[in-house]
Amino acid sequence: MTPLLEARGLTKHFTVGGGLLGRGGGVVRAVDDVTFSIEPGRTLGVVGESGCGKTTTAKLVLRLEKPTAGQILFANQDVAGLEGDGLRAYRKSVQAVFQDPFASLNPRMRVDSIIAEPLVTHERLDAPAVAARVSKLLDVVGLPARSRDLFPHEFSGGQRQRIAIARALALSPRLVVLDEPVSALDVSIRAQILNLLRDLQRELGLAYLFIAHDLAAVAHMSHVIAVMYLGRIVEIGEALRVATAPQHPYTQALFAAALPAHPDERRDETVLMGEVPSPLNPPAGCRFNPRCPKVMPVCSQEEPKLKLAEGRQVACHLF
Amino acid sequence: MSALLEVSGLCTQYVSARGTRVTRAVDDVSFTLEAGRTLGIVGESGSGKTTLALTLMRLLPPAARIAGGSVRFGGEELLTKPDGEMRAIRGKRLAMILQDPMASLNPLFTVGDQIAETLRAHEATPRRAAWTRARELLAAVNIAAPARRVGEYPHQLSGGMRQRVVGAIAISCGPQLLIADEPTTSLDVTIQAQYLKLLGDIQRARGLAMIFITHNLGIVARMCDQVAVMYAGRLVETGPVRSIFNEPAHPYTRALIESIPKFGDAAERLTAIEGQPPDPAALPPGCAFHPRCPYVIDRCRAEAPPESHLSPQHRTRCWVAAPAAVGAARG
Amino acid sequence: MNGSRAASLTVAWRFAALRVEGFPWIPTAILSTIALVAIFANVLAPYNPEVGVLGDRFRPPAWQAGGSEAHLLGTDHVGRDVLSRLIFGARVSMVVGFTAVIVAGILGTTLGILSGYLGGWVDQVIMRVTDTWLALPALTFAIFLAAVVGPSEMNIVIILGAVYWTRYARVIRGEVLSLRERDFVRLAIVAGCSKKTIMRRHILPNVLNSAIVLGTLMLGVVIVTEAALSFLGVGVPPPKPAWGLMLADGKKGLMAGYWWLTVLPGLCIMLMVLSANLLGDWLRVKLDPQLRQL
Repeated sequence: MTPLLEARGLTKHFTVGGGLLGRGGGVVRAVDDVTFSIEPGRTLGVVGESGCGKTTTAKLVLRLEKPTAGQILFANQDVAGLEGDGLRAYRKSVQAVFQDPFASLNPRMRVDSIIAEPLVTHERLDAPAVAARVSKLLDVVGLPARSRDLFPHEFSGGQRQRIAIARALALSPRLVVLDEPVSALDVSIRAQILNLLRDLQRELGLAYLFIAHDLAAVAHMSHVIAVMYLGRIVEIGEALRVATAPQHPYTQALFAAALPAHPDERRDETVLMGEVPSPLNPPAGCRFNPRCPKVMPVCSQEEPKLKLAEGRQVACHLF
Repeated sequence: MSALLEVSGLCTQYVSARGTRVTRAVDDVSFTLEAGRTLGIVGESGSGKTTLALTLMRLLPPAARIAGGSVRFGGEELLTKPDGEMRAIRGKRLAMILQDPMASLNPLFTVGDQIAETLRAHEATPRRAAWTRARELLAAVNIAAPARRVGEYPHQLSGGMRQRVVGAIAISCGPQLLIADEPTTSLDVTIQAQYLKLLGDIQRARGLAMIFITHNLGIVARMCDQVAVMYAGRLVETGPVRSIFNEPAHPYTRALIESIPKFGDAAERLTAIEGQPPDPAALPPGCAFHPRCPYVIDRCRAEAPPESHLSPQHRTRCWVAAPAAVGAARG
Repeated sequence: MNGSRAASLTVAWRFAALRVEGFPWIPTAILSTIALVAIFANVLAPYNPEVGVLGDRFRPPAWQAGGSEAHLLGTDHVGRDVLSRLIFGARVSMVVGFTAVIVAGILGTTLGILSGYLGGWVDQVIMRVTDTWLALPALTFAIFLAAVVGPSEMNIVIILGAVYWTRYARVIRGEVLSLRERDFVRLAIVAGCSKKTIMRRHILPNVLNSAIVLGTLMLGVVIVTEAALSFLGVGVPPPKPAWGLMLADGKKGLMAGYWWLTVLPGLCIMLMVLSANLLGDWLRVKLDPQLRQL
């Protein structure tokens, strides 16, 4: 099956200011040679900590940024080269839901205008048709019909996130980028929203790029998991395998650091030392080597490439 | 032996500017904490957990007032203490860590200055000695190169390091009780693990009692001996951590525990709690949780349940879990 | 969901929906009175403000010796009724004040939005122009322009608008810079909206509050400038009554003890500017927390 979205060698470097004429500044290697693919109707989960590049990857997929190198292919077309009608078609197919439910909605617009915005931007529908679609979307996300006349501040965080989801679905996209969709919500609401997202995926055949730092949520929602560290993918493979038997030392540390679900749960007490280094100055060789409990001499000399091991791709000299 | 901290019937209210609206942020909360033990207070937004922490520290904003109850710390009643005495206790015997380290640290002063400030205020340590102590404290919280860091400014440190500095300030005068309000919410997963381990080590080394205020049951499972679950200002369940996780009595507690995604259950739907947490200014009648409760009965809508004991240590407020509740209710 | 309806886009609703706490009654009452007086000047003024009876010059106000009830606030150096001139002067001040503020507001807000949102060379150009403009002392610049284009009510409005738009541009640009990074703007891009649509639908309504507050504060500045221009003789041309002009004319009589010719118009200017400032201050406090919590 042809993947819906493919990233090949995706790279994004930012130059950070410095010096009088903008020279002598550093380069932030936010995303470096990242390759992954998303199948139609499936979820790719991306985990990683600050500075790993997952948000930048989302922005590249959404064409809010242009890559420095590499490509993103959507239905075999290079996304970076799209303009005009091609770009419009892409925007119709790829939508997003962001983390902060309070910042995602224009406080001055009513809910029906917010949800209808993608529709009126792309399609020439008359008012009753738009209204009908908005009603249907509100129903799909579980909000009452009278929500349409209200303003965002009259809703709670979880409800606003539903509005954001309704808007993302307005044009029947094929891929939705979910950037920390439940992190800012109350714990008791998270399950509601995650269930909703899964139901929608099943009913509408949506593909998701699910970015989160909550490992259990990612493991629950994803079919494939990619683990990122300082701009690179260190491990990528089928979700269950990566979550239950992580191979890369960083992935192992990440999952070991996750909080237990029960006081008696056995937790590996080895805690990862050190700070996440700055993406301005990544360590030589494997970027994880200064903190790696299994470091070897070769690790500080050569960057490992992703290779197949234990049923998934791992970038580590141990394999 | 009396407990280190005894809270009974604590009530804190917010009054609107005109005095027309009274919001019961903390309503009839009672619990005890022994020296060296850790209590987790679990709640979501609007549950009143932060107001509870501020009440214990007597750091409430002007719009709030303590409407009743008692807080006994080391045998002394805190609620009636005059400001001067309270200031002597705060920072010295009773310390607090907040969620956002950038907000807790003054960007204009060095890290060393800020640690030294506490020492000089409470223990009248002279300048040089305070600076040396500050270096030692930075080492105690596992900050590498403390001699260099002590002269740096908050913006030069990473988030995890800043939170450790906040921790260093908190333990600088050897407190008996540390209240941590969502201390790791802004930290990365691996940094959070480091930080929790650090807090655990400090606790064991110094016999510190801790109160963790959090919405994350994982932290509770990892760090706490006792748990108190707050909903709409009231404690709906309290007990030892294992009792709470193994036999949660209150439907809210049960739902919270079940709604957490667990590894390896990729196929199943998560158990969700319907509805939203209530607005503290407009609580439903009877039991505040009843609109969302899967086990609701008529009594729940009419009467708020009092606390009743399911076992000597395990208490709850629920008509369904404890129908014959007469219990240790305080009016 | 709590049912409180929010302010919609219209300005009137915005004011009406504000909670009545610490509302500046007196300043608003003063401004409203001035506005009403301006509107009904024809009906309220006892005399024609532009024509005087030379035999009736320098009459003091009614409560002083030599005054009469025929002229409650006295007459000026050509026998015109001061009260009538004050009343019609309110019209000039109001019209010039409000119109100039609106002209400056529209110009400044538009440029601020374009500059802040589009960035790049557009921003550079607009900001350099703004900087240059701001470097010129406002009053001197206004005088210069007035001398060039000649005084008339219309010209004064345009001149004031041209001098004061820069304050708006600066402030609005700053707000737009932070608005641009907000999620809902990013999502509008993701939804496929054009830059023009985003500026119109998402940026503009969210800076309107600041623009309005700024406008109220600018009202005072504009009126004082207009008065200064009139005082210097390059403002609204005589015999049309303008408070500033009345000040200039009355200056001549100050030594002779004809205090009412300067004090009364000065008092009117002061009241209007002070009220506008107080109202603007209150508005700024009132509207800001809402902005932040939204």
